[in-house]
Amino acid sequence: MTAPHRLHFKTSVLILIMISVAPLGDTFLGKGMKRIPPMTGWAPVDVFQFFFRAFTSGTIWIGIGLLLTFFVAYLLVLSWADYTYVLPASSISNLLIALLAYFVLHETITPTRWAGVALICVGVFVVGRTHPRTTGHGS
Amino acid sequence: MNGFIFYFLNVFPGTGGEICMSRTMKTVGEVTDFRPRSIVRVIGRAMRVPWFWVGITMMAAGFFSLLGLLSVANVSFVFPATAISYAVGTLGGKLFLRERVTPQRWAGVLLVCVGVALVFLGTK
Repeated sequence: MTAPHRLHFKTSVLILIMISVAPLGDTFLGKGMKRIPPMTGWAPVDVFQFFFRAFTSGTIWIGIGLLLTFFVAYLLVLSWADYTYVLPASSISNLLIALLAYFVLHETITPTRWAGVALICVGVFVVGRTHPRTTGHGS
Repeated sequence: MNGFIFYFLNVFPGTGGEICMSRTMKTVGEVTDFRPRSIVRVIGRAMRVPWFWVGITMMAAGFFSLLGLLSVANVSFVFPATAISYAVGTLGGKLFLRERVTPQRWAGVLLVCVGVALVFLGTK
């Protein structure tokens, strides 16, 4: 395997890990936060109560665990790939969310949503055709 | 009002934190060994870079504001609204990380921005 191919391969593997765990983590966070009453004010006691409730929820902690996995993969890929490459490339997770919703949850996907998915795919394809690294390293 | 503050904190410090992390990892250098012990060592090296702590602080602000935002707004609103962070992040990468954002990459980013917004606006 040549060096550019190796770079593309390891970038793709880590982005695949990122896009697998991030949507799950966000879903758990969203589910957990829906069970918590909104913050009523900015007084220290209100802020403390709000975050205390959040951090005593098991659902939130599952979400945090998944997002920590995402974070490690994210750090590793950023050690060689451009941020402006990784950021849009990882947005393909939105396609996975739509496909899971359609095939697993049998949700109705509106034409607007399919159009969005198609645009994301085209966008990721366009970004994916650029080189993952445009800067020097170790500076 | 709370929603607006959470939104601002999610998009700007959240994206700024990611840019700081990218800068940290560029300083650490390319990771070539993926064994768990090596990964722990890389994270240890990253933690000695000051940008890491700036990034963590900003990302924490972004994370807490995401929790706050999710408590006052539906996911179907939150994600299209934060799709702007793709464009903000790309601009930040160009200005602060000196990455070469070609017109092709800009075109891809803009397609992704519009796409993400449509995906969630189309959610029933």
